[in-house]
Amino acid sequence: MNPFAPIGRAVLTVLAHIGRLAIFTGRSVAAIFAPPIYGRLIGRQMMSIGYYSLPVVGLTALCIGAVLALQIYLGGNRYGAEAIVPQIVVLGITRELGPVIAGLMVAGRVAAAIAAEIGTMKVTEQIDALTTLATNPIKYLVVPRLVAAVIVMPLLTLIGDTIGVYGGYLVATENLGFTGSTYLKNTVDFATHQDIISGLIKAAVFGFIVALMGCYNGFNSKGGAQGVGNATTNAVVSSSILILAADFILTAILFHTS
Amino acid sequence: MTPKIQLIGVKKRFGNKVVLDGVDLTIEPKTSLVIIGGSGTGKSVTIKSILGIIRPDEGTILVDGEDITHIGGAARDKVMKKFGMLFQGAALFDSLPVWENVAFGLIQGRGMARKPARDIAMEKLAKVGLASDVGDLFPVELSGGMQKRVGLARAIAADPEIIFFDEPTTGLDPIMADVINDLIVSTVKDVGATALSITHDMVSSRKISDNIAMLYGGRIIWTGPTAEIDRSGNPYVEQFIHGRADGPIKMAVKA
Repeated sequence: MNPFAPIGRAVLTVLAHIGRLAIFTGRSVAAIFAPPIYGRLIGRQMMSIGYYSLPVVGLTALCIGAVLALQIYLGGNRYGAEAIVPQIVVLGITRELGPVIAGLMVAGRVAAAIAAEIGTMKVTEQIDALTTLATNPIKYLVVPRLVAAVIVMPLLTLIGDTIGVYGGYLVATENLGFTGSTYLKNTVDFATHQDIISGLIKAAVFGFIVALMGCYNGFNSKGGAQGVGNATTNAVVSSSILILAADFILTAILFHTS
Repeated sequence: MTPKIQLIGVKKRFGNKVVLDGVDLTIEPKTSLVIIGGSGTGKSVTIKSILGIIRPDEGTILVDGEDITHIGGAARDKVMKKFGMLFQGAALFDSLPVWENVAFGLIQGRGMARKPARDIAMEKLAKVGLASDVGDLFPVELSGGMQKRVGLARAIAADPEIIFFDEPTTGLDPIMADVINDLIVSTVKDVGATALSITHDMVSSRKISDNIAMLYGGRIIWTGPTAEIDRSGNPYVEQFIHGRADGPIKMAVKA
C-alpha cells in the first residue's frame, strides 16, 4: 500500500470539486445575461430570500449592536475611553458585523432551503424533466436565486445596520448613561459613506455565495433522502466558510492602505 | 426515409464500469420501439444520452439525421422541443399546480401566454381521462396512477414529435398499468409521434410496441418486430421474456 495514495486521492478530490464549482459558476453567470429573463421567479425568490429573512436578521442585528455597545463601554472604561461607544458601534456594524451576521444568518436559512429544494428535484428527476420541457435548469433554477440574493442582501444588510446601531443606542441610553441626541450625533458625524457602502458590497458578494453554494450542492446531490441531507449540510458549511474567507479578502481590497 | 432517431456505436462508462458498450439502434418515424432489459443494463443511460442529460464517451446520436451528440445551449433547447418524456416517478414539479405542470413546456419552453396554455393543459388532461378540477390540485394530492396520467399529459402537451416513456407501468397495479398502456397507445397514435420506451414489463412492452430491442451487456443483442419476439431463437431473449432464473443471463447477487 502506497502511503502517498490517500494524500493524492484527497488532493484530486478537492481539485475536482473546485473544477466542478468553477464550471458551474461560469455557466450560471453566463446564463444570467442570456434571454429569457424570468422576472416572476426573481420576484418570488426575493420574497423568500429577503423578506422572510428580515425577522432573523433584525433580531440578531439588535442583539449584536447591544452586546457591542456594552463590550466597548467596558473595554474603553479601562483607560477612560467610554465615550467612544457610538463611533465604534457604527463602524463595527456597518463595515463588518452587519454584512457578516446577515450573510451567516441567510446562509443558514436560505442556502439550506435552496439545497434541499433543488436536491429533492434532482433525486426525483424533476431537473431532468425541465430539460425535456425545453427549459434550461440553470436558467430556471439557479439564475433567479443568484440575482435575487445579490439584490436583496445589501437591502437586508442596510436594515440590519440600522437595527444594529439602534441596539447599541438602546443599551447606551438605557444602561450606560448616554444622552440620545449626543449618541445619534456622534454616530452620524463619524460614519462615512465608505463605511456603509463597503459593507453593502460585501453583502452582495455574500448573497452570491449563499445562492451559488445552495444551488451547486443541490444540483450535485446523489441518492435519496440522505443525499439531500448531505447537500443541505454542505451548502450551509461551505457558504459560511466562504463568506468568512471572502470577508477577509474584500476587507483587504476595499480598505487597502496605500 | 431518414430514421427519426439513430444511435451509432454509443459508448458510456462511469469510472471502471462500462454501461453502454457500443449501442446501435434505429427508430423509424411514427413507430414505437420498446427497449427491454434487466435492471442496471443501461436502459436509462441510453435514453438520457439521447436527451443530452448524459454525454456519451463515444458514438453518434442522430435525430432527423442531425448529429445532436455534442450540441448544447440554444441548439440543444431547440432540439428538445421535439421531445416529450414520461418519467418513471412522473417527476412532476411539486411547487406548481397540476395544470401548470402540464402547461410548463408551453409557458417556459415556448413562451406561450398563461391563459391559452391553461386551456391546452385542460384539454390534454381530459385526453388522459382527468377531470378539469384536477388541474388546480397539487401533485402531492394525487395517487400514483393519477400522477402518471398528469406526467403523460405533460409529455404530450406541446404535441412532440418524439415521446420517451421510462418504465411507464412500474409501481402501478395491473389494472392501472393497463389503463396507462392504453393511454400510451392512443396518445402516441393521436399525436402522430415516434415513441421510445424502456421497461422490463413484458405485458406492457407487447402492448405498446411495434418493435422490440433487447439491451444486454451494454449492447443491443436482438431487435425485431413485436410479433417475432416469441420466435427470436435468442436464448437471452427467451430467458428474459419468460422470466426464468436459469439461463445464459446470470444475475449478480453480490454487487
